[in-house]
Amino acid sequence: MRLRILDSGHGFGTKALFALIRTVSRQPVLDVIKLVKYRADFYGGPMGALTQDAMRGPSTWSVGDRELMAAFVAKTNQSEFCTKAHAAVAQGAYRDGRKVYASLSDVETAPIEEPLRATLLMLGKLTREHAVDADDMRAVLAAGASRRQIEDALAVCFSFNVIGRLADAFGFFVPGPTAFEAGAKYLLARGYR
Amino acid sequence: MSDIRQARKALTSRILEGDGKASCSERRAAFNNSGLVEPISALVDKVARDAHEVTDKDIAAARKSGLSEDQVFEIVVCAAIGAATRQYDTALAALEAATGNASRKE
Repeated sequence: MRLRILDSGHGFGTKALFALIRTVSRQPVLDVIKLVKYRADFYGGPMGALTQDAMRGPSTWSVGDRELMAAFVAKTNQSEFCTKAHAAVAQGAYRDGRKVYASLSDVETAPIEEPLRATLLMLGKLTREHAVDADDMRAVLAAGASRRQIEDALAVCFSFNVIGRLADAFGFFVPGPTAFEAGAKYLLARGYR
Repeated sequence: MSDIRQARKALTSRILEGDGKASCSERRAAFNNSGLVEPISALVDKVARDAHEVTDKDIAAARKSGLSEDQVFEIVVCAAIGAATRQYDTALAALEAATGNASRKE
């Protein structure tokens, strides 16, 4: 972590919480938790509420679909931490690791429904080129995604275009798979608030 | 549907208008990725365009220019949220163009 305050600048209560997390999970506290708990009224609180709405609020996309979108946006941004973190959550939600792996390796040939495939392709372009046009949106609609589904996917994309940037700018430590699996279980059970 | 309009408004007004260690004008400039001077402008531009290219040196340079760690924290957060906001608004406008008047060819 490139800012010491994000590593160790938390208040006493938060430090006690981190000690508890380390004891219970037998894993180090993920840097993303340290970020959202630092001066939480500035970023972690309002961003957590937004991410909870996007990832767990009512939507016809499943939790697995939205976690896959999050991992896909992160992969497009080359954010290693967020790609691994949300691939693990998507895998847990779908109970299908191959589907997640295939989608992140080659979305064109992955065994997923067409509306999801077209949505992922559009989110990839938006993330990579910082823009999409009406024709890109028509392609997603033609593949069978509804306008609402596109709006919901853009909410996921917004969240992870923020979080992935912060992970990379602040230099999050990328731990091994066990830590991400523990994080995924927490996010599936408790959400983002 | 998962409606993030309220949540986005709350987030944006908090980071840009609420209390902070960086001035409101610095936070807004970071959000807009414009009107900043080196080396802060280089850091903010990387966060907005290619965050994975940010290095230890970029953060160290921002600190050396006189910013505290808390100010760097706030400025980077504002830069990330600003960049994501521009993408989101562009995409919603494209969706509006595609669905608002389906018969009109662009």
